[in-house]
Amino acid sequence: MMSEEQPINTHTIAALVDNEAGVLARVIGLFSGRGYNIDSLTVAEVNEDEHMSRITIVTTATPQVINQIKAQLQRLVPVHRVVDLTVETDSVERELALVKVTGKGNDRVEALRMSEAFRARVIDATPESFVFEITGNTAKIDAFIGLMVPLGLQEVSRTGVAAIARGPERM
Amino acid sequence: MSEKLTGAQIVLKALKDQGVGHIFGYPGGAVLPIYDEIFQQEDIEHILVRHEQGATHAAEGYARSTGKCGVVLVTSGPGATNAVTGLTDALMDSIPMVCITGQVATHLIGNDAFQEADTVGITRPCTKHNYLVKSVDDLARIIHEAFHVATSGRPGPVVIDIPKDIQFNLGKYVKPETVRHKTYQPQIKGDMEAIKQAVDLITSAKKPLFYTGGGVINSGPKASQLLREFVKLTGFPITSTLMGLGSFPSADNQWLGMLGMHGTYEANLAMHDCDVMINIGARFDDRITGLLEKFAPNSKKIHVDIDPSSINKNVMVDVGIVGDVAHVLEDMLRVYKSRSSKPDAAAMKAWWAEIEGWRARKCLAYTPDKKSIKPQYAVERLYELTKGGDTYITTEVGQHQMWAAQYYRFEDPNRWMTSGGLGTMGYGIPAAVGVQVAHPKSLVIDIAGEASVQMTMQELSTAVQYRLPIKIFILNNEYMGMVRQWQELLHGGRYSSSYSEALPDFVKLAEAYGATGIRAETPDELDDAIKKMIATDGPVIFDCIVTKDENCFPMIPSGAAHNEMLLADDQGLDVEVSDAGKAMV
Repeated sequence: MMSEEQPINTHTIAALVDNEAGVLARVIGLFSGRGYNIDSLTVAEVNEDEHMSRITIVTTATPQVINQIKAQLQRLVPVHRVVDLTVETDSVERELALVKVTGKGNDRVEALRMSEAFRARVIDATPESFVFEITGNTAKIDAFIGLMVPLGLQEVSRTGVAAIARGPERM
Repeated sequence: MSEKLTGAQIVLKALKDQGVGHIFGYPGGAVLPIYDEIFQQEDIEHILVRHEQGATHAAEGYARSTGKCGVVLVTSGPGATNAVTGLTDALMDSIPMVCITGQVATHLIGNDAFQEADTVGITRPCTKHNYLVKSVDDLARIIHEAFHVATSGRPGPVVIDIPKDIQFNLGKYVKPETVRHKTYQPQIKGDMEAIKQAVDLITSAKKPLFYTGGGVINSGPKASQLLREFVKLTGFPITSTLMGLGSFPSADNQWLGMLGMHGTYEANLAMHDCDVMINIGARFDDRITGLLEKFAPNSKKIHVDIDPSSINKNVMVDVGIVGDVAHVLEDMLRVYKSRSSKPDAAAMKAWWAEIEGWRARKCLAYTPDKKSIKPQYAVERLYELTKGGDTYITTEVGQHQMWAAQYYRFEDPNRWMTSGGLGTMGYGIPAAVGVQVAHPKSLVIDIAGEASVQMTMQELSTAVQYRLPIKIFILNNEYMGMVRQWQELLHGGRYSSSYSEALPDFVKLAEAYGATGIRAETPDELDDAIKKMIATDGPVIFDCIVTKDENCFPMIPSGAAHNEMLLADDQGLDVEVSDAGKAMV
């Protein structure tokens, strides 16, 4: 097989599914059962009238495996559409993170200064802690979290990637 | 239809409207309302099995031999978990099946109630789709949808889990015609551009080969007919997977026999050397490809499959065509006929000369024995004494299964029922029960091994109860033969737990069940014993005592290529297998 020679890339895949019991389990079971990676996964209802949810999965694999993932997802009965946003579209991606940092003195001032540079918001504060809310693409959030490590990073909660194609067309 | 029905009544009405004639099942607390409805009607016959696994395999045999959907009814908890093997088997071999499972009452779900199991959770990875019915008003729609999903596209098993309270509740019935699925729409017609590209490759081929699989059978009799026409028209050689046997007649000179791990020398070498491979309804399973790096290295590959995820899964192909075999073949034939260019006749002649050279190797030849019955001889005689008749063959899993595939010859589709993908020992008897239910007048034979057959032997009782005259033809070598063969090849002949110790007396066992037992121990008594079996009006266990140490050849050892296969008459199993090969199954 040629897969060993193929490059491994990160792809963002969006799937529109019926919002019915077990649909997320089907998707996750497919990934674990066939040994595919999940770097991040988000799911929420996006169309109340038609009870449809959108699942956004970030995964890392060879092109052959990415095609398999798409075909396997498409094969699930409650799945309406699957789009590889990385390959098939020009897309925008955002992720939200809540970042808890504790510290005093200079570290605390530095953390606040950095948060302003990254346009993070303070959504909770005590004399020795901050909780920052930051939105951006994955790389930006990774960078911010990296900077917070020496300044007293305690805890991170991330939503995973939400993504959508640019332009007027709908999925 | 404004009148309200109970959930149990809706189940029976929906099954009837789906044209169901037989259900294979086993009652229990959580399906009693449905069994009560079965009791009060006569359109659908219920076949009571002895174990839920038997119900699933019987439904598979029924489905595979008729092209219809097999239907299973089992209770909650252990009823459902016992069905899991058959569901997985049906998923692997793409067999249409609807399995209704009872479930504890809705308000008890999640409370660890008596005989509760998370059936939709357990069966999610082993079904094509599954449903937990939450309202009686959804029930009819779900049943109709389940039949649609099970039988269309790439067929497979569908589970409907029905809580007991839903079976009692009153609800509305809807007819099958009113049910349309919004997302599930399998592609039937192939892409014309791809079909034209495929024909380009076919007409320019110098060493072509048809490689066909279970998809041809699943597509229906018309697919086999079109395949025959196309193969005749092109003059190309054809081979098939285990699951595809019967789609092309084995009596035809263009037929090279089965390919793969225990396929023929000519089929495997043709596969290795071909320049254009036309895969129709097969899925490049590892039993077929052997070592992927060395698989048909110089070939352009065409792949027709109804399941888009089968294409480029194991093997990258040059032309992938998503669609139903019969539809694609029809278009392909039309395009082929319209072309003025045809395959190079001189090249074809040279290719056939090469193939005839491989064929002359007579890879299925074996050394006959005067004293003991060779298993190959037993299957050959069984074939000779039943050929031309209205016969269906099922098998268990192991050496006997491969000998059946090699030495029994099939001329028509739907006559061969075997567990291919999952390799389920114990498949044969219940599958034979299912086939015989669908074809009461036909001769149904389970070619079995003495080890496999004990896994579902209790279904003989089902056969006796319903007067199903199935014949269980056991090739008894007192070993789990395939396990022993691999231990000989890979583990220094240390036969760890592969000897069939403490075997029952199969003749007495048959009699204990109220069936007939026949034994043959020498070649000279074999024919008469087989004739007696065929003439017996009722189920038979035939205990055919065969040579104990016979191995199944040809064989591509794991981790080897098609042109590295082992033949019975040269070195036997005396080869070195690489560590990577040993790790493969």
